[in-house]
Amino acid sequence: MAATKPRTSSFSRNFSSAHSSKTPGLKHGPNGTTFISSGIPDLDKILCGGFPLGSLVLVMEDAEAPHHMLLLRNFMSQGLVHNQPLLYASPSRDPRGFLGTLPSPGTSKDDKSRDNSTEQEKGLRIAWQYKKYFGDDQESANIDSKYEFCNDFDLRRPFDRHFFSGKHVECVSILDSSSLSTLHDRCATFLSQVPRNDGNISSAGRIAIQSLSAPQCDHSNMEWEMLSFLRSLKSMLRSSNAVAVVTFPPSLLLPSISKRWQHMADTLLSVRAIPDEDKELAKLLTGYQDMVGLLNVHKVAQINTQVPKIPEATTFSIKLQKRRYLVLECLNQAPIDGSSGSSYGSTGNCSGSSKTGSLEF
Amino acid sequence: MDRLTSNLLDEAIGFDDPTKPSPLIGRLLLVEDCVETSGAFVLHHLLKRALSSRHASNAVIFIAFSQSFVHYDRVLRKLGCNLAAQRDSGRFVFFDMLTLGCSDRSGKETDEGVLVGLYCKIQRAVNALIQENKRHVTIVIDDIPLLEVAANGSINHVLDFLHYCHTLTSEIGFSIIALNHEDVYMDIERPLILQMEYLADVLIKVGPLATGIAKDVHGQLTVLNKPVEGLQDKLRNRVHNFHFYIKENGTEFFYSGSRA
Repeated sequence: MAATKPRTSSFSRNFSSAHSSKTPGLKHGPNGTTFISSGIPDLDKILCGGFPLGSLVLVMEDAEAPHHMLLLRNFMSQGLVHNQPLLYASPSRDPRGFLGTLPSPGTSKDDKSRDNSTEQEKGLRIAWQYKKYFGDDQESANIDSKYEFCNDFDLRRPFDRHFFSGKHVECVSILDSSSLSTLHDRCATFLSQVPRNDGNISSAGRIAIQSLSAPQCDHSNMEWEMLSFLRSLKSMLRSSNAVAVVTFPPSLLLPSISKRWQHMADTLLSVRAIPDEDKELAKLLTGYQDMVGLLNVHKVAQINTQVPKIPEATTFSIKLQKRRYLVLECLNQAPIDGSSGSSYGSTGNCSGSSKTGSLEF
Repeated sequence: MDRLTSNLLDEAIGFDDPTKPSPLIGRLLLVEDCVETSGAFVLHHLLKRALSSRHASNAVIFIAFSQSFVHYDRVLRKLGCNLAAQRDSGRFVFFDMLTLGCSDRSGKETDEGVLVGLYCKIQRAVNALIQENKRHVTIVIDDIPLLEVAANGSINHVLDFLHYCHTLTSEIGFSIIALNHEDVYMDIERPLILQMEYLADVLIKVGPLATGIAKDVHGQLTVLNKPVEGLQDKLRNRVHNFHFYIKENGTEFFYSGSRA
């Protein structure tokens, strides 16, 4: 029972205090797994800790909106903050240009009770200088541990250029390569730097692949090639200390091929934009104005265990706090066309009256 | 203590009578799942069942496409079955197709060659097990869609491979357990799953609850047990329907609404 809800068990506190002695950015989870952060504190909580090392994370894009970039940016920035090697592949001509848009860690922590960030910044500086004189070390310890595993990223402040100089960042363009073998080889050499040996983990690699199977790439009509690329990527990940986040537009694949992709994923997420002026939805959901999109959790990685992790909800709203920080919140009322329910005949009953939407199944 | 107390799933398959030989001898059991609910726990359950039997003549050949040995070892250890020890004692043969199949991806093997090579390996393993006087061998194939990926999408080769395995095993009274994904085969690729379902003697479908995600019920299960020829009493009660809750050390099966 305890394993199904690790967040409420007393073990979680031990993990957070224990990992401070280890490499920053890594956290031990249950069943011998090690987590790295997704770069979004709320997403880490939803996924019961973060992305486990060795897992393949697939993000289903909204074909008409760039919301998957939010997840990718935070994932990559978090890796840079922790000094983890990073491989980024995208179908653009100049993938390195994307690095200029990565958000830098914000100065204020995830604390919703405080609303003035500049004041908090001042307060923090004082706290830093005189930390040892304050008896109230509980809060600072809390902030410290938070800083180590997962940061809040300020989407309006990009990283400075010089920040990348000492970092291990590789960029690959998958636009012109006629087959995926180049990308496969790059991934293989990248992952060989972070091999898995059962002892201590010194570093974790991050692979971010944006819009694999995008139609402008030559390989987009080679379905089986892409599937076998994913399969070998997964097998390489299993034997290394790395996480790969791959985004793809499912609507551009055949439905059966898209399902195959989804089965390959250890963690499966999807993002959707919400229509701008949808009055019905605005009536149905609280805080509709602040939402920029919806995130669905379809699958949470089950590594070394057969027990599925059941998240508290499957649909979350993506909001920008103070227009800077990405936060995920449970919907207060379920949307009518929740994609998780669309495959069952019973949804007809729920969508018939909006009152039943608040019922918890 | 005999830890093999039977549950609803075992009864539905026909394991409930310990005096009779295993009901899966010479038969093909197919597990079908979908993205929302993984059916891997059924494989773990049956794998444990096959390995923890007291008959020394039981053995398992496991062809793993979706997970590594480390994963299965950890999962089965929590179920009370040590795969590494079983492997050393020769009762458990593990083909790691996840890493193995990929390493020779760039090699000279053709699409067909991968499956032919795999079949030869299975045949060799089977022959070796027969020589060790293992009379009941179970072949477990984890993830048929990934088998197709290994064969580069040629359904015919996959079907040939499965037919070969089926023939090999039904001749000598072995059983096959295979995991398939139902939702992958929706339109044009229907033939493979239909042929598989036709071949299967026991079909287990795993799916999410129709009412949505719940914390205390992980999904529902339909077991279709085709009657063995000549046994008229088995004609009744062929379809069983129940819910399940997966734990680290086993799975609870219960009828809808009957859980305490």
